Amino acid sequence: MNLGITTFFDNRPKVKKYLPQAITLFFIIFIFGYFTYNAQVNMDNRGIDFGLRFLGEEASFDISFSLIEYSGASSYAKAYLVGVLNTILVAVVGIFFATILGVTIGIARLSSNYLIAKVSEWYIEIFRNIPLLLQLFFWYFAALRALPLPKEAVNIFDIAYLSIKGLYVPKFIWTNFSIFLFSIVAAIVAIIFVFKYAKKQQEQSGKRIPAFLISLCIFVVLPLLTFLIGGVSLTFEHPVLTQLSQTIYNYIGGVAIIPELMALAAALSLYTATFIAECVRAGIMGVTKGQKEAAASIGLTPGQILRLVIMPQALRIIIPPTTNQYLNLTKNSSLAAAIAYPDIVLVFAGTAMMQTGRAIEIVSITMLTYLSLSIAISIFMNWYNKKIAIKEK
Amino acid sequence: MIKNINFLGKPSREKFNLFVPLGIFLLSLGLIDVTLNSLFDVNITSFFPRGLNYFAPLIFGFLGLYYLRIEFSGNKILDKLNININSNWFNSILTLLIIFVLIQNIPPLLNWLIIDANFVGTTKEDCTNSGACWIFIKIWFPRLMYGLYPSTELWRVNTSFIMLIVLVVSLFYIPIKLKKYVIVFLIFVFPFIMFNLIHGGNFGLEWVETTAWGGLSLTFIISIFALILCFPIGMFLALGRRSEAPVTRYSSIGFIEFWRGVPLITVLFMASVMFPMFLPDGVYMDKLFRVIIAITLFEAAYMAEVIRGGLQALPRGQYDAAKSLGMGYWRLHMLVILPQALKLVIPGIANTFLALVKDTPLILVVGLLELVGMIDMAKTNPDWLGFATEGYVFAGILFWFICYNMSRYSQRLEEKYKTDR
Repeated sequence: MNLGITTFFDNRPKVKKYLPQAITLFFIIFIFGYFTYNAQVNMDNRGIDFGLRFLGEEASFDISFSLIEYSGASSYAKAYLVGVLNTILVAVVGIFFATILGVTIGIARLSSNYLIAKVSEWYIEIFRNIPLLLQLFFWYFAALRALPLPKEAVNIFDIAYLSIKGLYVPKFIWTNFSIFLFSIVAAIVAIIFVFKYAKKQQEQSGKRIPAFLISLCIFVVLPLLTFLIGGVSLTFEHPVLTQLSQTIYNYIGGVAIIPELMALAAALSLYTATFIAECVRAGIMGVTKGQKEAAASIGLTPGQILRLVIMPQALRIIIPPTTNQYLNLTKNSSLAAAIAYPDIVLVFAGTAMMQTGRAIEIVSITMLTYLSLSIAISIFMNWYNKKIAIKEK
Repeated sequence: MIKNINFLGKPSREKFNLFVPLGIFLLSLGLIDVTLNSLFDVNITSFFPRGLNYFAPLIFGFLGLYYLRIEFSGNKILDKLNININSNWFNSILTLLIIFVLIQNIPPLLNWLIIDANFVGTTKEDCTNSGACWIFIKIWFPRLMYGLYPSTELWRVNTSFIMLIVLVVSLFYIPIKLKKYVIVFLIFVFPFIMFNLIHGGNFGLEWVETTAWGGLSLTFIISIFALILCFPIGMFLALGRRSEAPVTRYSSIGFIEFWRGVPLITVLFMASVMFPMFLPDGVYMDKLFRVIIAITLFEAAYMAEVIRGGLQALPRGQYDAAKSLGMGYWRLHMLVILPQALKLVIPGIANTFLALVKDTPLILVVGLLELVGMIDMAKTNPDWLGFATEGYVFAGILFWFICYNMSRYSQRLEEKYKTDR
């Protein structure tokens, strides 16, 4: 019997090639069809129709923290946008701090100083092995709740005020902001030219131009000029402690960074930094010892060795796994829902779904949003990785 | 900077007896200053101006370490110290900062954790000391471990976990011939026994609703079932991704990348609110099972990538050799490729399991109460308000202990299999 089937297939190579694929395809279509059919029946029974028309309806719920103008009268689509922007905000903030911390800890772990290496190692071992959700709860429910009330807020050099209601920082109020922005763009373009020119000069004549100093000057002087002659000015709106009622005080004005955002950013960056540190360490250790010795033998200082010889090579090893960590951070930012930071999961998959009851549409949109964010980050990092890869001749 | 303070000349071996006592004196002055400052609130350098006063211990310590930095001093301890924590001025500042931070933070932490903590008593009112209130954990301990599982039936959970531990530990000691059977038993038979024992409903065992399951045991129930279930799916996905047939390959890639691109929390939402819509009318599936299925699919994608790594690491010669013996696709993979590839990825599987255990607390967003969820419940209990910190610290230490040991174990495995090749 078995032999019969084998010979049957061996005599018909095309069938042998295509039959398993056809079965797979049929299986996938069957599952999708079956689920769609069931969903259709279930929705018919409950009297809901499938569609995205609800996105235009009035959301009529409030969001505690929003980067764009939003009120209860806005549509669900706008609420979705607020959620996405909040997610992107916390991901960007988290990636920024996680990278700085991770690179520092990764380098510190390889330090010749025993204490620094040990402390970094223990930092990594502790923060990596505690579930992120638990860390998030710790920061939010235990650490940040221990902050003082607004009336006795921690005063940070009279600029920012830290209290249980969040961190209040001055708001920047610009006039002619676009001119300032243009000047920064112009400065960056000029700096690129300076660096290109310096490199060319060095390759042709061996003369070194202090490109870093020149570009620093350009970067300071050009925007400064806009203040002097371009009519740009900057004023600050300081947060002011105001009595709202008999016993309730709060800061009014300025920009409020809500405690949810702080807790989330802290937990995400402290957790992800441990993984980035390990990537950095692996990358630096991946550069062969001969490279370091060769660099030292031509008289480079330890700082120069790290900056000019080790890092450019280590980066090629570091970037692919670090990309993964950035992706993880972005996905982990969805834990925001657990502490009521209004990210896409809380706003859209939480509140909006409760109100509309459109489980299929909303969960699908949420998943697709994360999927596109992930894909966007990996495309960008792949592009960057390709750019710094060794160009073989 | 250093030249200016160098009025005694460069620390050298000739003046060993001058520099070393001076250095030790200055260093200990700095350390004593910080210790007194942070522990007893006494400031022995208060006669300095305000700004200098703050940095006084750092300056003393810095000078002390500078005078101690004698190259090839001949004293073994001093040389070791210099190489490891005092190789240049930058290192010495970092060393001092770390020591100061440790001196300032460790005693209060120990005070809170142990010395001033409350251990004896049964109610919130017994927590009179200023430290942590571990009574909270003591009273809630059964709940934190077993959730709302009826306390008379706890032996069932205990028995199944003890059985699991005994079986896993026995794997290390029994002869290789028997090992195969134990593994088969563990993977194919034991889950059903465990499930039956905990869930009950037959063999005279009382039926326990899944909503009553919880605590740390739920973390492990979910992780173990998800791991066992995701393994075969992940294996097929990995093979599918390497297959030459486009339909199989692209559907595997699509499946894997989809699950890897979305966060677990949305997957859980999908399981709890979207999945019931996909089931035939009138069919109801328990929420815990839906969650386990969702986590299984999610983990299968990660498992597939781990196994693919192992498949890729095998040299081509293995495929060619098996093919030249006339083996077909399945025999080639089952008898030659997979046994070797799976051995290579054992550390990777251990890491996946570790990540899974760390991810499980998330199930609280769909209303299943494992350890973190139970703490959330306990801290909002009117009799026990205000002990969130104790709860999270306890859960943190517990999870840390488990995860740290698991990661150490997986590192050991990695090392072991590295030398094997």
